[in-house]
Amino acid sequence: MRRRWQNLSHWLDHRTGIQTAVRQFLYEEIPASSGWHQVFGSVAVFLFLVQAFTGALLAFNYAPTPGDAYNSVRYILTELTGGRLIRGLHHWGASMMIVVVVLHMTQVFLYGAYKKPREATWMVGVVLLLVTLAYGLTGYLLPWDNRAYWGTVVTTQIAGMAPVVGPYLTRLLGGGGAVGVVTFARFYGMHVLLLPPATLLLIAVHVYLVRKHGVAATPGDEALPKKQFYPVQVFKDTVAIFVAFAILFVMALVARVPLEQLADPTDTSYIPRPEWYFLFLFQTLKMFNGTLEVVGAVVLPGLAVLALVLVPFLDRGQMVKLTRRTVAFASVAFAAITWTGLTVAAVRSTPPPSEDAEVDYSAPTDWMQLSPEELAGVGYFREENCISCHAVGGHGNKIGPDLTATSIHRDAAWMIQHFKRPSAMRPGTSMPPIQLSDAQLNSLAAFLLKLNASNATALDNAPDFAVQGALVYQAGHCAACHLVNGVGMKIGPPLNGLSKRESRSWVEEHFANPQKLSPGSFMPPYKLAPKDLENLTSYLFALPE
Amino acid sequence: MEIETGEATRRHFFVGAIYAIWGAIAAALGLPAFVYLFFPPKARQPDQWVEAGDIAKLAPNSPIEMTFRRNRTDGWRIISEKSTAWVVKSADNRVVAFGPQCTHLGCAYHWDDSKNEFVCPCHNSLFAIDGRVISGPAPRPLNRYQSKVQGSRLLLGPLEGPPEKKA
Repeated sequence: MRRRWQNLSHWLDHRTGIQTAVRQFLYEEIPASSGWHQVFGSVAVFLFLVQAFTGALLAFNYAPTPGDAYNSVRYILTELTGGRLIRGLHHWGASMMIVVVVLHMTQVFLYGAYKKPREATWMVGVVLLLVTLAYGLTGYLLPWDNRAYWGTVVTTQIAGMAPVVGPYLTRLLGGGGAVGVVTFARFYGMHVLLLPPATLLLIAVHVYLVRKHGVAATPGDEALPKKQFYPVQVFKDTVAIFVAFAILFVMALVARVPLEQLADPTDTSYIPRPEWYFLFLFQTLKMFNGTLEVVGAVVLPGLAVLALVLVPFLDRGQMVKLTRRTVAFASVAFAAITWTGLTVAAVRSTPPPSEDAEVDYSAPTDWMQLSPEELAGVGYFREENCISCHAVGGHGNKIGPDLTATSIHRDAAWMIQHFKRPSAMRPGTSMPPIQLSDAQLNSLAAFLLKLNASNATALDNAPDFAVQGALVYQAGHCAACHLVNGVGMKIGPPLNGLSKRESRSWVEEHFANPQKLSPGSFMPPYKLAPKDLENLTSYLFALPE
Repeated sequence: MEIETGEATRRHFFVGAIYAIWGAIAAALGLPAFVYLFFPPKARQPDQWVEAGDIAKLAPNSPIEMTFRRNRTDGWRIISEKSTAWVVKSADNRVVAFGPQCTHLGCAYHWDDSKNEFVCPCHNSLFAIDGRVISGPAPRPLNRYQSKVQGSRLLLGPLEGPPEKKA
């Protein structure tokens, strides 16, 4: 058996040279000083491969056109097993790749490893950094939610500010001022067709150059006997890769990647913010106004990139010991402090999202399909703490029956009698009577009739503002005139799609004084408590169109 | 058996660790990928009953092709599409609705009045009026829709295999 295996591998090597090639790659000689500080390049390549792999998996269930893009991302998140994990790996992998690439550059910079003859290696590396950022920029648009849309609107406008090439860039990005299907197609094309092969090519050139010049030795260890890359340094690289991967995997499992509502070009209240690694640019831009704006938007970032590219030509001295590279350390410290300061300032200036009205679109949103009466039932269900005795879809206590078991569902009349006097309907039960009005019990029964095993978690996701809003809606008898999700009357206008027709402030004012804003309307004024008004408006604005 | 030097033991450890770590990473990426690609999506929409047509005027033992619209979940979309069924009313008023595709390779078959058979034009599979295979390459009888009759309205549910297969 062993003999046969050896024959096969000899044959393979003779015909392809693969084993010799791998051996030559692994048994490269590296300086005696090599060690843990040189692992970042390998980690970056590994993360690139993870991005390629998870990106391809996402593409298998992704429709690259606006609208469908959003729906397919939601489908990946809510309906595919493991979809959330795959997207999490891709999303956090992108952030992590930026971190690792910057760490790699910092290490090379501090050691002065860009010096003669390794200038080209460094410059290709800078291009790889820009490519990594380009992935972040183009990938940001692809979920086509509000965040993606508004972030890209700002990005394309900034590109348009560039002196001389601005109009051409705008044309290239497909924006005649507006972000739409053409911009989307261009960003997608760049993200999946242009950038990956370019990255592969650049990595190949980068690694070729590293091999050509050898790993940079620190002063003093040129005379020491060299080491082999395999297995000790490969082991260190592998451990570093494992640590990076473990962090990435845990983040993908634990940290929820947001998906906001579908991109809405008419949303006037949205405050776009770029991805965290672009926040410093965003903040820089704020410091320049009027005609100087182009300085913050294009000139300064352009000069920074130019300075990075030219580093090997600005610092042409001999390699010196790490401890003597004070200017290098000062530069890194200066860059780190500036970056941190700008980023912190940007984060601080970001108004906190209105927690109450936050809808998590990356989770099932079946609750949106409920009628206000049923959704108010969710409210009574929570208020009465039914979950302390009943399980819903296997979760919760087992004192009473599981409420998703359809076998216990009866008609509403029976359920209401049962709520009022449990022991009369089920002799011997330990369930206490529920102290609610008939209308409220109706609501509760309507919700319980809708509940089944497959929608239990989705209904459990109903955010509190929506449930509270539905309670206000019920208390105000709004359904006597208005239609929501096909339930109610058509005396007043249907309320689905209200967010498309009116602004939030208009709606809130309208409650207080309908006739002022809708002359001729016979809607009575509603004096609502501020919290109720906020919940009701948020709920109505969250309704599907 | 040769005695391992300290250097060789160290080397063994490094090589073993490299293989083990890469194996773990491959599994941590490979398993979710497998689940993601091969597990069916969670069905959110329960299968709905759709009305296919009126069976009051159906002549016994004379298959009729009924067309109707139904909603189908297609990945991230729910599409409303035209579907057809071959509906047969037997002499004792029992109604069967066959799916419109041949069980061989999915071609559309039709009822041939002169021969009293369903004929698939692709590879000449022939089916009897109860869906049985008479001849040709078809491996099993015609698929049936779940069906129920309310008054004279025929309601159809999801497509199922022939009744023999279910047992």
